[in-house]
Amino acid sequence: MGQDVAAVHDDHGHDDGHHHHKETFVTKYIFSQDHKMIAKQYLITGLIMGVIGIAMSLLMRMQIANPEEPSVIFEALLGDWAPGGVMDPGIYLALVTIHGTIMVFFVLTAGLSGTFSNFLIPLQIGARDMASGFLNMISYWLFFLSSAIMVGSLFVELGPASAGWTIYPPLSALPEAMPGSALGMTLWLVSMAIFIASSLLGSLNYVVTVINLRTKGMSMTRLPLTIWAFFVTAIIGIVSFPVLFAAALLLIMDRSFGTSFFLSDIYIQGEVLAHQGGSPVLFEHLFWFLGHPEVYIVLLPALGITSEIIATNSRKPIFGYRAMVASILAIAFLSTIVWGHHMFISGMNPFLGSVFTFTTLLIAIPSAVKAFNYITTLWKGNLQMNPAMLFSIGLVSTFITGGLTGIILGDSTLDINVHDTYFVVAHFHLVMGISALYGLFAGVYHWFPKMFNKMMDKNLGYVHFWMTAIGAYGVFFPMHFVGMAGLPRRYYTNTNFPYFDDLADTNSLITYFAIFTAVGQLFFAYNFVKSIFFGKKAPANPWKSNTLEWTTGDKHIHGNWAGAIPHVHRWPYDYSKLNEDDEYVIAGQDYVPQHIPLQDKEEEMNH
Amino acid sequence: MTAFLIIIIAALLAISVWQISKIAKIGKAPDPDSDLSEVANDMDNKRNGQGMLLFVIAMYIMMIACFVGYQDFFLPDAASAHGAEYDNLLILTTVVIMIVQFLTQALLHWFSYKYHGKKGQRALFYADNDRLEFIWTAIPVVVLAGLILWGLFSWNEIMDANMDDDPLIIEVYAYQFDWRFRYSGSDNTLGDANVRFIEGANQLGIDPTDVDGMDDAVSNELHLPVNRPVIFKFRSQDVLHSAYMPHFRAQMNVVPGMVTQFKFTPTVTSEDYKSTEFMTQKVRKINEIRRQKSKELLAAGDVGLDPYEFEYYLLCNKICGVNHYNMQAKIVVETEEEFNEWLATQETFDQTLAKAEN
Repeated sequence: MGQDVAAVHDDHGHDDGHHHHKETFVTKYIFSQDHKMIAKQYLITGLIMGVIGIAMSLLMRMQIANPEEPSVIFEALLGDWAPGGVMDPGIYLALVTIHGTIMVFFVLTAGLSGTFSNFLIPLQIGARDMASGFLNMISYWLFFLSSAIMVGSLFVELGPASAGWTIYPPLSALPEAMPGSALGMTLWLVSMAIFIASSLLGSLNYVVTVINLRTKGMSMTRLPLTIWAFFVTAIIGIVSFPVLFAAALLLIMDRSFGTSFFLSDIYIQGEVLAHQGGSPVLFEHLFWFLGHPEVYIVLLPALGITSEIIATNSRKPIFGYRAMVASILAIAFLSTIVWGHHMFISGMNPFLGSVFTFTTLLIAIPSAVKAFNYITTLWKGNLQMNPAMLFSIGLVSTFITGGLTGIILGDSTLDINVHDTYFVVAHFHLVMGISALYGLFAGVYHWFPKMFNKMMDKNLGYVHFWMTAIGAYGVFFPMHFVGMAGLPRRYYTNTNFPYFDDLADTNSLITYFAIFTAVGQLFFAYNFVKSIFFGKKAPANPWKSNTLEWTTGDKHIHGNWAGAIPHVHRWPYDYSKLNEDDEYVIAGQDYVPQHIPLQDKEEEMNH
Repeated sequence: MTAFLIIIIAALLAISVWQISKIAKIGKAPDPDSDLSEVANDMDNKRNGQGMLLFVIAMYIMMIACFVGYQDFFLPDAASAHGAEYDNLLILTTVVIMIVQFLTQALLHWFSYKYHGKKGQRALFYADNDRLEFIWTAIPVVVLAGLILWGLFSWNEIMDANMDDDPLIIEVYAYQFDWRFRYSGSDNTLGDANVRFIEGANQLGIDPTDVDGMDDAVSNELHLPVNRPVIFKFRSQDVLHSAYMPHFRAQMNVVPGMVTQFKFTPTVTSEDYKSTEFMTQKVRKINEIRRQKSKELLAAGDVGLDPYEFEYYLLCNKICGVNHYNMQAKIVVETEEEFNEWLATQETFDQTLAKAEN
């Protein structure tokens, strides 16, 4: 490949001991402290949770397309919750709730950020492992435990939590209000409390690692945008997740110990409850103080991954590196002061609504800058259409489409009439669901060779991308119009409103597209599993990328580099850089990896 | 069901095409550079680049088709005073975002096609341009500033529930899974209420010692006089609900433990709204669908569906329990005289109490 690892004295020599100790099956595959193995554990757990979450969405869509009609699928999967094959309204709400919870937290937070932060932070900054491998291991196992509890809650007698993923009290606080608010809700809260602990341990580790363990020469302005995104995501997580923990704790107290943080003046099932003085609006504030940053916790890693992949596959530097970093920081800051846009009509003071409208529409600005910068990066590139690249372009597309409708929802006036309709469902699925999933897929296709030393099948990847791209728009674009008709979300059936009768065909169409999209995911699942075992052996740097992870060679050792850790001499985006004499900086090669020192005749640029 | 079959067939076709392509590969000599065989080559770049171009064209067709085909999904003209302003803002915002959508998607996919990789093609090393960045920061700032300002002015107006124009005061009371409406009577003042007063016929917990409440009347239909401002006071007995009146562009959450409010002026009577061209056509279409459905139902030995006549409705739009999907109430907007006539037939709270004592 013509790239020579700079032979510099290794000042991390004391770390070498890392990879000499003997590994047993348990320490290597189960209680591993190697960030690469932990990343794979996160990925596989996340993907399994994803299968459950997507399957649930299909069940919901089938119910909406054929409301209250018996189905053998329901009978087989839901058992007593689908008497005679007709889905019970309570279990519909349970599916709504657990689908949301699983997709947001377990797939797109842990599965996406957990996987790639763990995998890429040490490799791309030139570190042998996370700052604390032990805490990292604990973080994964707490995540596993919380996943197990969440899945386990599906099997309790009265059903899992059913109050929506936002679990607004009093509905979630009172077992009298709905069956899902009994044991199912307790398990949900326990699971989420453990999840938060896991997420915090992970995030603290990421932040400490990025700040302290960068290799020589890796200044903050030479960090790949992936790392910037993971770093800032971790900070948002540290700031906001504890607030959800507080909310969950107070809710547990209201449920089990008779306190009244969120409850007041309630008459239910023929009885007045003793609770007095609490406010559900307080819970909404606490919930959305996490809930909104959570959107960016999900999205920023995807955007970081995409930045890296688009630059690599365009064979061009990412356009406006500093603006991209500034946008990430601006989005992170603004994301913590916009939560109230979920609550315009919650009964909070309308003046607050004005403030939140203002901050919310501000966040459109850095988002727009990012979108324009991606498009400019493609301009005059030499685009290598690998599956990862396709998913990255797809992400930019859905990010724009979904983001634009945010301008309607973020405007307190316009929100009045589209709040909690299918318009919202369409908006957030495109902008954070589909976009973040594309980021996840892009990341898997791009770093699979590094993770497993094997290549994924590109043709299966193409089939997967095109089916997903067509299906996703087929599902969510028409859904905006259903929402514009004023169709509320979380309705088990719409047949009680004849006004919505003419939406039924469109709802069926959406369901067909959803099934089509889900079938597309089977190609991915097959490709993923097949390639782990039977994939072609990956070259050392298949995508001709500049970042450090491609310099480790193909041996997977705890400690990452068999020899010295490479030093860094440039930013990660020297693609197609030319000398003064109009030749590539390294002759015959359109990229200059980060560890290559400045060449003769090369102009140094400060990006 | 047929469409489901079509999808399965399409998926199977896709699988077979891919399998055939694999068989075709077997016949060829092994690629000398087999290491890179799973990395996109020029042919992949070209095909997928073309795919991007086709995709964006298909997307444009879909967007236009949705706007044309789903025209009558959009809610008809608002039946409230502030609703017209709301609709204008919505239309303007939609136009702005669709323009941006068309332009950016075009650029994104066109570049993906135009610059698809070819051996020997050189990418342009282009890392920065402050002026460009300034332009596309400034444009969203200006556009958004305009939208924000307009939105904020409307918002302040809509949310300003003042008493200057002698509004009618009505309590909207929510519980699992129905609505009640309390009219404040001749004093236009609602009596105090709390769930702790709920007893027997006093289902809304009106304070029996408060004289203001004696002339209050409780109904399960919402009747409104046309062209008179109404302040709705929302109260919930158990969990969160949301009172959504889509045709009036009105929605407010109903929160146990507090009273929330929303004010609007209905401007079109139910009769007039029903007879608009939009609504007659929409109802005709819906009834056609219902007739077809009824035929199927009757053929299967079930009961057919009643024909539909439009009435304004109020529905619950915040998940509130298993029957959330059917928590609705009828709204009637009528002339002042009709309204007064109707209100006079409603039982007042002191009458209710007297009845309960007998």
